[in-house]
Amino acid sequence: MSDADIKIVNLHARCEEKAILKGVNLTINKGEVHALMGPNGSGKSTLSNVIMGHPSYEVTEGEIWIKGQNIVEMEPDERARLGIFLAFQYPVAIPGVTVAKFLKSSTDATLGEKKKSATEFLKELRENMKFLEMNEAFLNRFLNDGFSGGEKKRMEILQMLMLKPCFAVMDERDSGLDIDALQVVSKGVNKLTGPAFSLLVITHYERILKHIKPDHLHVLIDGKIVMTGGPELVKELEEKGYDWIRQEFGQEVLV
Amino acid sequence: MPNLETDSKLVTDEYKYGFETLIQSDALPKGLNEDTIRAISAKKNEPQWMTDWRLKAYRRWQKMKEPRWADVTYPPIDYQDICYYSAPKRDGANAEAIDEEMARTFERLGVPLHERNALAGVAVDAVFDSVSVATTQKEKLAEMGVIFCSITEAIHQHPELVQKYLSSVVPVGDNFFAALNSAVFTDGSFVYVPKGLRCPIELSTYFRINAVDTGQFERTLIIADEGSYVSYIEGCTAPSRDRNQLHAAVVELIALEGAEIKYSTVQNWYAGDDEGRGGIYNFVTKRGHCRGRKSKISWTQVEVGSAITWKYPSVILEGDHSVGEFYSVAFTNKKMQADTGTKMIHVGANTRSTIVSKGISAGHSRNSYRGLVQILPSAANARNHTQCDSMLIGSTCSANTYPVIECENETAITEHEATTSKISEEQMFYIMSRGIDEESATSLVVNGFCRDVFKELPMEFSVEAIKLLEIKLEHSVG
Repeated sequence: MSDADIKIVNLHARCEEKAILKGVNLTINKGEVHALMGPNGSGKSTLSNVIMGHPSYEVTEGEIWIKGQNIVEMEPDERARLGIFLAFQYPVAIPGVTVAKFLKSSTDATLGEKKKSATEFLKELRENMKFLEMNEAFLNRFLNDGFSGGEKKRMEILQMLMLKPCFAVMDERDSGLDIDALQVVSKGVNKLTGPAFSLLVITHYERILKHIKPDHLHVLIDGKIVMTGGPELVKELEEKGYDWIRQEFGQEVLV
Repeated sequence: MPNLETDSKLVTDEYKYGFETLIQSDALPKGLNEDTIRAISAKKNEPQWMTDWRLKAYRRWQKMKEPRWADVTYPPIDYQDICYYSAPKRDGANAEAIDEEMARTFERLGVPLHERNALAGVAVDAVFDSVSVATTQKEKLAEMGVIFCSITEAIHQHPELVQKYLSSVVPVGDNFFAALNSAVFTDGSFVYVPKGLRCPIELSTYFRINAVDTGQFERTLIIADEGSYVSYIEGCTAPSRDRNQLHAAVVELIALEGAEIKYSTVQNWYAGDDEGRGGIYNFVTKRGHCRGRKSKISWTQVEVGSAITWKYPSVILEGDHSVGEFYSVAFTNKKMQADTGTKMIHVGANTRSTIVSKGISAGHSRNSYRGLVQILPSAANARNHTQCDSMLIGSTCSANTYPVIECENETAITEHEATTSKISEEQMFYIMSRGIDEESATSLVVNGFCRDVFKELPMEFSVEAIKLLEIKLEHSVG
């Protein structure tokens, strides 16, 4: 296993008393784009939250290896500093904290000793904002406070571009129909794609996978990955839905 | 990543003003009676009218009862067990050494007293226990006609102004602590800004309690004559001690026609330890009087210290079209108790007031907002807007609000908004997922919450206040 590889081994996790992940195995090699699909309630969001270390979820068994470290006991901020990024589907508002202040704090915290001067930071920020077609007035707004869906999406992608993670998880479970948002996401992803960047896109709708072409697709049902395939699986899912997988596995799964 | 070196530094930084200056002091024995008052007056070489005024206040005080309506609890205060006067001993031979020691103390508190180091735009009056030890930039201010000196000096040099305005806003018998202060006050600042002058220098007073078992009775009087403007800032600290100490202040502000006074406080008295031992009892009466038309008084307070705070900076809006403002951040932690808020008394027509209060409670603390908006029959078209928000950190603290609105003029409009929130797990997770550690994340959320108040502080003090709150928050998370 090389440094940038991500390896999830037999991962079990629960929220309160309810077991949700029941033995997830997943390996993402350097530079690969993976997609994770599955019906509602299959555990997709839980997986993204567990990778980032959400305090409401408890890992009861298994490991998550990144850069040669098992991260399951780490705080979310330590994981971020290791190079993990979660793009939220529904980011919370932080009233009174401007976008500029937040971005500076997060880039400083993440880059640690390599942190940039204010001038360099602003230059890079302006470039990225221009790239995502964001108005500079954005910088003085309060983070996610009163943002539209499209603005929130831009904000998430902007943060991803600024923090330059080695592994990003994108929670796009409901990103289906908003073409503008999908374009922003794919633009951001395409900018980062390369040998040093691995991506896991989590979604309920296959539509986004027309914008972000995965190398591998996994289907999560009832807390387990039940099927893995190449890009051709996307089309099959689109045509047949999850029913045929369920039949194949003989499971009662709520869609 | 946790860094032990910085972590241990933070622990000692928690109250970095907790040191004690070891000097000999000239103090009165503990206890309070008419002789104590005469002795204070004599030490200050006061004129007879001042001594008489104090004695009158003392006799009034003896008939009064300590108020117990605030949402705070503390054991009875033994007023005979307090020392009412303590000053650095400064006799001929060692005078210079004492002056140096004072300068060093204030330097350590971040308040340079030597003119060569003085902050360019700020003049400082430094009060150590019961006396003012230095006032900077006096000459420069005098050239403009601004009087900025200790109240003791003002009693000697400007008796006509003191006699005219002292207790004209807070009457001697206003309340128990105001009466006590009137009887025994020892020092504080006096400001007079002449007609039409916009004072280009920020005036500030730094209060330091040093001696053990000594009460500090500050008296401040600020007069802004017609069409003038002044910005005044006060800061407060005390050594960490395991016994409670009393700070009972009276501050009076008078704004004549078209004048504006901006009064900012960063209160960081020692708050006691984790078990609630020690700390300052901060029982303060602050009131401003918008006496003239179109005058304005604005209070901004950042309250992060004291074991107990009992404080309601208020404005009497008498002049037509006058404006009163109150912006407050009150942070409580450990076993601190704060009962603070404001009174806006609308007397004149078209008077306006704004109240923005942000209370943050952590640890086992109790934090209450208490406010009164009173619209008298004469206050046609008066307006008030109140925004009162509380934030809880953890589950062992409490926040209360006691807002009262009394409206006797039907053309008046009052608005009141209030919220109580907890820092949510989702907010913390989101911020931390961007690499920001838990303490910094809490501090970001809290600073965002306080933004509307911090932006009212003079620039450099706003930066200080944010830093101070960050330090205070470091030990509230967990």
